[in-house]
Amino acid sequence: MTVIDLLTQPLTYDFMVRALVTVLVASVVCAVLSCWLVLVGWSLMGDAVSHAVLPGVVLAYVVGAPFAAGAVVFGVLAVVLIGFVRDTSRVKEDAAIGIVFTSLFALGLVLVSVTPSQTDLNHIVFGNLLGVSRADLAQVAALGVVVLALLLLKRRDLTLYAFDPTHAHAIGLHPRRIGALLLGLLALTAVVALQAVGVVLVVALLVIPGATAYLLTDRFARMLVIAPVMAASCGVVGLYASYYADTASGPTIVLAQGVVFALVHLFGPRRGVVTTRLARRRTAGAAPATTPSA
Amino acid sequence: MTGRAEATPAGAAGTTTPALDVRGLHVRYGDVTALDGVDLTLAHGRVCGLVGVNGSGKSTLFKSVMGVARPDSGTVRVDGGDPATARRRGAVGYVPQSEDVDWSFPLAVRDVVMTGRYGHLGFTRRPRRADHAAVDDALARVGLADLADRQIGRLSGGQRKRAFVARGIAQGATVLLLDEPFAGVDKASEAMITRLLRELAADGAAVLVSTHDLAALPALADEAVLLHRHVLVHGTPQDVLRPENLARAFGLDPLGGAR
Repeated sequence: MTVIDLLTQPLTYDFMVRALVTVLVASVVCAVLSCWLVLVGWSLMGDAVSHAVLPGVVLAYVVGAPFAAGAVVFGVLAVVLIGFVRDTSRVKEDAAIGIVFTSLFALGLVLVSVTPSQTDLNHIVFGNLLGVSRADLAQVAALGVVVLALLLLKRRDLTLYAFDPTHAHAIGLHPRRIGALLLGLLALTAVVALQAVGVVLVVALLVIPGATAYLLTDRFARMLVIAPVMAASCGVVGLYASYYADTASGPTIVLAQGVVFALVHLFGPRRGVVTTRLARRRTAGAAPATTPSA
Repeated sequence: MTGRAEATPAGAAGTTTPALDVRGLHVRYGDVTALDGVDLTLAHGRVCGLVGVNGSGKSTLFKSVMGVARPDSGTVRVDGGDPATARRRGAVGYVPQSEDVDWSFPLAVRDVVMTGRYGHLGFTRRPRRADHAAVDDALARVGLADLADRQIGRLSGGQRKRAFVARGIAQGATVLLLDEPFAGVDKASEAMITRLLRELAADGAAVLVSTHDLAALPALADEAVLLHRHVLVHGTPQDVLRPENLARAFGLDPLGGAR
């Protein structure tokens, strides 16, 4: 079996083609969004919103509405509740996030358990890449395109919001609206990604690519290239690995991203932990040698 | 320079319309009163030092001008008009405290200065040639043209401040607010920033600078305000520096209390 065969053989199955496209769309959209999330400091918010959308998705399923609608309603509800708990009690924000998102997630699981056709909904929790239907794929692709387009069109505003919301205020922009946009896109992205890896692991796709890119460059424009390329590569590698090793596909993809992050963190060219250590030792070793000649 | 001309309404500079006019400003955060009846007028072409202990309301005053803090009562007028309109025009420039900035943020100096132009740009904030020119002019003005492509955290303390002043210049700000620009900045850089602010004022901007460096106040400012939730003294720097006045703002041991 040649390498080409290894790559093309899985794609003789329609479900693998659909899985591959889904993974690529979800990885890229999540990765682009993750660049802002890690810079705004919203990683935990990404975790919260991606879990909190579950009851919305289940209710949308029950009434036959689009998943995205339910997800946005509950994503926004989660953020409002977090802000309410934080501002009206002595509980700090991290605790408020923990309380609200786990409660909403639990509500979602309860709804799953009482809703007929459990198999479908359990896939939302853990992802079911190999079972993506044509209709699922169409929804993922449509949402993905909308989210990606909005992110890229408003990228300068989003970056300003992340960097200096006070200045945005001072020049008459509306940082709250930009924040709300980011939040809405986060909820939509959660819907895109939960097909691929499930609610439980969406946060990985929403944090790891942006964090990895941030370790590699000082240019935000480059982060917007590095993160999706990294995520798409991990998506493809993870999907093939899961096919041949017969492992769960969503977790394998997330694991691939985790490994890449670890490698970059350790051996990255400028800031890698090992790289900088070695460089320091090299300069320390070089110093005595140069002293006599100096 | 082009940005300034474009953003200044006809006749705003050089007339008797004050750049900044604050009347009876009260701001409360919950039970805490941050500002308790501030009256302050600042003319174009003047540098004003804002002096007061931590918690005296300096940052809140800035936030009120920027529209971040909502006044409970009182008014703020910029260039004689509605502050929200003035902000949309780019009239209000802001140089944040160092500790309020994420210095590892992956933006180059040029990118930060360009954010000063965003109010003048369309839906996607895509810069046009004139915007790039305004940014280049502003960078040259503050002496950072050679460092334009550096990541902002790779600048010295003084250069970082000048980068944000350049943002205000590129924006065409007629009122420039600087929150503690001399904290953590060496003396040479402080002198350079002072010179820059004096030049901007000479060109018609109104510059409001909060500072703890009382010794440098006379060289920096045309006038000074001693703030303690309201204006205790508004006069020359020498007026503000009188021991009895400092004692009112800082307590009995002015220089020790001022840190």
